Amino acid sequence: MKLTINGEDHYTDISVLSDLLVSLEYEGEWLATAVNGELIHREDRSVFTLSDRDRIEILSPMQGG
Amino acid sequence: MLELYGHVVASRLLLGTARYPSPAILAEAVHASKTDIVTVSLRREMAGSRAGGAFFELIRTLGVRVLPNTAGCHTVAEAVLTAKMAREVFATDWIKLEVIGNHDTLQPDVFALVEAARILSGEGFKVFPYTTDDLVVAEHLMEAGCQVLMPWCAPIGSAMGPVNLPALRSMRAHFPDVPLIVDAGIGRPSHAAIVMELGYDAVLLNTAVAGAADPAAMAAAFTGAIEAGHIAFRAGMLEPRDMAVPSTPVIGKAVFS
Repeated sequence: MKLTINGEDHYTDISVLSDLLVSLEYEGEWLATAVNGELIHREDRSVFTLSDRDRIEILSPMQGG
Repeated sequence: MLELYGHVVASRLLLGTARYPSPAILAEAVHASKTDIVTVSLRREMAGSRAGGAFFELIRTLGVRVLPNTAGCHTVAEAVLTAKMAREVFATDWIKLEVIGNHDTLQPDVFALVEAARILSGEGFKVFPYTTDDLVVAEHLMEAGCQVLMPWCAPIGSAMGPVNLPALRSMRAHFPDVPLIVDAGIGRPSHAAIVMELGYDAVLLNTAVAGAADPAAMAAAFTGAIEAGHIAFRAGMLEPRDMAVPSTPVIGKAVFS
């Protein structure tokens, strides 16, 4: 299926959000995830099923004013 | 002491963490400022990168409270989602709410700001709204649940200092019991002292320190200026007069001719 991850197109057979993060080497307690504009809590990633054309945002802390 | 949403802080300087020459210099500036609160943000993480993690660890070592922002958001939906994601990452319900309305001036979209503030307050966030010096907008923000107001004194990063003193003075008078923090536009310690002399409770700044030749020294300079302005406000300052008033008593003055 096709996913858009942080604005870029990806094609994958992985259907669980936490598995996808591991496969792309996204690891760490500092990450926040959203799918199609909705926050997916850290504890829910392992049970969140992805669908074709989902838009995924993976954010982390950075400097800010 | 300054109380923000029930949290007492000793420092009246809130410091941004962006644009420093290096993480080490950022840490030096934070320590030199003696601030209790730093602002942080969220951005897209690259696959396989630990950049966010490294910054996260740096912030943890600073021993300060974090105030995440929604910088770069232009809609209510973006700001609300970013705030939720920030709460997930930083484990705080504090949020510096920014909804930008203009790319060039970085002026807040105050209509979207009020709407986002209402949504976030309803979901338990403690909202620190980046707003203008408009009293009506401020009233709406208070009605939306904000207990702190953060008016700009000039556009973000402009270093112009307070460009509309009557408006800032009016806001202080209109909200005597609301913590007011000037956010954005401060360029020099004297600018910070001026707004503190008006009775503002604190100053939030970033670029003026991060962009200085010696950020740590500038952070210390701002801390001194902010404290001086605050003490001066509480001490009660003279109002300016048109004519001279002799400081030395004239009674008993010798007559030599």
